[in-house]
Amino acid sequence: MEYEAVIGLEVHTELKTNSKAFCGCTTAFGGEPNTHVCPVCLGLPGVLPVINRRVVEFGLKTALALNCQVEPFCKFDRKNYYYPDLPKNYQISQYDLPLARKGYLTITVDGQERVIGITRVHMEEDAGKLIHVDGPDGGYSLVDYNRTGVPLLEIVSEPDLRTPAEARAYMEKLKTILQYLDVSDCKMEEGSLRCDANVSVRPRGSQVLGTKTEVKNMNSFRALQRALEYEIERQIAVLEGGGQVQQATMAWDEARGVTYIMRTKEEAQDYRYFPEPDLVPLEIDGDWIEQVRAGLPELPDARCHRLINDYGLPAYDAGVITSSRALADYFDRVVSLYPDAKVVSNWIMGDFLRLLNAAGLEPGSSPVPPEEMAALLQLQKEGTISGKIAKQVLEEMFATGKGARLVVEEKGLVQISDAGALARIVEEVLAANPGVVEDYRNGKDKALGFLVGQVMKATKGKANPGLVNQLLKERL
Amino acid sequence: MPITTAEVEHVALLARLKLSPGEKAAYTEQLNAILEYMDKLNALDTRDVEPTAHVLPLHNVFRDDVARPGLPRDRALAGAPEASEGQFKVPRVV
Repeated sequence: MEYEAVIGLEVHTELKTNSKAFCGCTTAFGGEPNTHVCPVCLGLPGVLPVINRRVVEFGLKTALALNCQVEPFCKFDRKNYYYPDLPKNYQISQYDLPLARKGYLTITVDGQERVIGITRVHMEEDAGKLIHVDGPDGGYSLVDYNRTGVPLLEIVSEPDLRTPAEARAYMEKLKTILQYLDVSDCKMEEGSLRCDANVSVRPRGSQVLGTKTEVKNMNSFRALQRALEYEIERQIAVLEGGGQVQQATMAWDEARGVTYIMRTKEEAQDYRYFPEPDLVPLEIDGDWIEQVRAGLPELPDARCHRLINDYGLPAYDAGVITSSRALADYFDRVVSLYPDAKVVSNWIMGDFLRLLNAAGLEPGSSPVPPEEMAALLQLQKEGTISGKIAKQVLEEMFATGKGARLVVEEKGLVQISDAGALARIVEEVLAANPGVVEDYRNGKDKALGFLVGQVMKATKGKANPGLVNQLLKERL
Repeated sequence: MPITTAEVEHVALLARLKLSPGEKAAYTEQLNAILEYMDKLNALDTRDVEPTAHVLPLHNVFRDDVARPGLPRDRALAGAPEASEGQFKVPRVV
């Protein structure tokens, strides 16, 4: 039988505010354990939380960018559980009245565009970090509450995803949008962007949902895709074997490449939500929403369409360039100075990204500013340097941070366009390769390419290729 | 539907309360009495009454996003029964 998977994602993203959600402690990552804490986030008796206005603003930006309906009235609730990652024995979250609902985003997989529904967006606080230590009497756990109370947004998708590749594309798109909005660092490796997946399988074409499992602990895009591939295969194997999928919470083991059961339905959590009496409700009126909407940046889809429509870029190029806001900003700046968008796009997607990735850098921290990238392309266009030399110059600019013109001058890389100087070298090459010259005269056109190559070699790539061709043909 | 002893045991487990058989019986009876009293509310017509989200007539109370120093670590840990390496030390939970 042919099966299809039904996948929904719950994404948590840490908001990059200066202070925590309900107290003034810093949200800085790292720091010595328990040095970013205060009576509020430690849950000491007699304290009162107060919501950070920017948490709501970032939540609204995100909700609007995800095409959600912002609720005119929302409140916070207590999610009760006993686990020492939160010192209060509850997490402040939102339950039945979240910040926003009913949004969507679009993904493109294998050239196919799909609209993925967003069920809800709500605000909550992050938990602390535990280190478990083995020892007698079952060992102990050490708790660091620095991260406790850092604001989170939880973004829940509809079960609209059908393949691991779609789930990954959704997650990547969400990350791109959050980065455009500048509301989160989105560093999966530091835990500022996290994802849980609800997944089930059913016979293709069926409208009935199968029993689902929840998969946790996927700390990269690759882990998300691999974990889902594994879990879908596992569920299908269970069904094919005549068994039934057990409702459970699973964890992904990256090293072993398997999912394993963390807890079953019988052990499911019972959070006993109730309204948080320490925080008053929020009323978000149309004026506030319009104010936030007016401040939204150009979002990835709109920007991608602009690059296609205004610059005539291929959809692929536009997709790559707009996958990062910093890269798209870089592109726009270079094109404003050197208005041949396709040439700029080729350089950015090719050598520029290759050098950035090799150096482990983000586009925003490139040692080659956009002005110098434009200057390099200008030097090539003027014929001062050849395309091949331009690549060398870019590498040197990356390594040293020097400007394009300076590198060309210092390294003596100016293209030889002096016909007299080149003619001498051309004569030498012809004299040294009589056989090849003969071949060319007998109709072997390819022989010309060899002779051009020899001239380039003799000039260390600095000869003007057009001129070399012309000079050779004159003499052959 | 009356509360059963099993439900009292479940709630006690969630709240990390250890109840004796006598307490279980007593709480089962008390909880049922409370819910019975609450049932009187069902006799009222509340169609036009908004659910209460908060007892205070306030909304939109914010603080500005300004970070300030918290507690020195020794004070943060002062109330902990046990601490080690600058961290709270608790019985292992997983």
